[in-house]
Amino acid sequence: MTVEMWSIIAAAAAMCLGVLGPALAAGLAVRAAMDAIARQPEASGSIGRNFIIGLAIIEAMAIYCFVVALLLLYANPYTAQG
Amino acid sequence: MESTPLELQVLFHVGPVPIAMPVAITWVIMLLLGAGSWLLTRRLSLHPGYRQAAVEVLVKTIADQIRTVIEREPEPFMPVIGSFFIFLVFANLSFLVPGIRPPTAQLETAAALALIVLASVNFYGIRQRGLGGYLRGFAEPSIFLLPINILSEITRIFSMMIRLFGNILSGEFVLMLAIGLAGFLIPIPLMALELVIGVIQAYIFAILTAVFIGAAIHGRGRQQQERETDDDS
Repeated sequence: MTVEMWSIIAAAAAMCLGVLGPALAAGLAVRAAMDAIARQPEASGSIGRNFIIGLAIIEAMAIYCFVVALLLLYANPYTAQG
Repeated sequence: MESTPLELQVLFHVGPVPIAMPVAITWVIMLLLGAGSWLLTRRLSLHPGYRQAAVEVLVKTIADQIRTVIEREPEPFMPVIGSFFIFLVFANLSFLVPGIRPPTAQLETAAALALIVLASVNFYGIRQRGLGGYLRGFAEPSIFLLPINILSEITRIFSMMIRLFGNILSGEFVLMLAIGLAGFLIPIPLMALELVIGVIQAYIFAILTAVFIGAAIHGRGRQQQERETDDDS
């Protein structure tokens, strides 16, 4: 198999495996935030803001995987086109 | 694949400097925002009309958010954080104009914005606590954590850059795939999703800038002190 084929497989694998963790983490965060808002609706403003910040930081992990996949496909240093 | 999405498309040259497409779009957005702000604030009155009231609502919302995050009066921070938010909303939503790629979908634009964040965080930290006090903050709570603190200062800025770039570019990819599969009406809900993501990313970038500036102003020992006062009460 050539480097290009391996790169495509690696990009797909990076996205599949790399999204699992952030998905679980985001689910836990949503559950915790909904719990907190249900218990204390008057604090929903600050809970919501911190929830969005936390989601952004969780989501960064998935975005790293996306960037690695992009690098493998479009800016691979081991292929001639890169 | 003849052109990759990471590649810059050069429009024209000013002297020896090549001007790429995102730079030109950024200039147009800057021009629009500057002219718009000048037009909207030209005739301010105590009894505001519809336009002035709308702008006041926006400015007051940004100021309130900054006040709750930094816990200071928001005036010194409004120029940086407010313009980040408004510029990023316009930049992220510029894909609605046909033929325009959002400039934030290029790594270079996101990197430039992240460098501005790095500079302003250090500027506000040094201005508030003095050079010595600010630098001593890196050695808290112990001198052995100095390299880790410096590393975290750099990596969080790096992650801001990657987050903005990756979110906008991935949205563009999804749209591209949807248009390739079914060009008629199918991309419209995805474009609506992109609208939401663009605004949320602008909000997150601005609020994270506020959080970092707040951390630089209050210092790393703040949470510890708060915990101690909580124990006392």
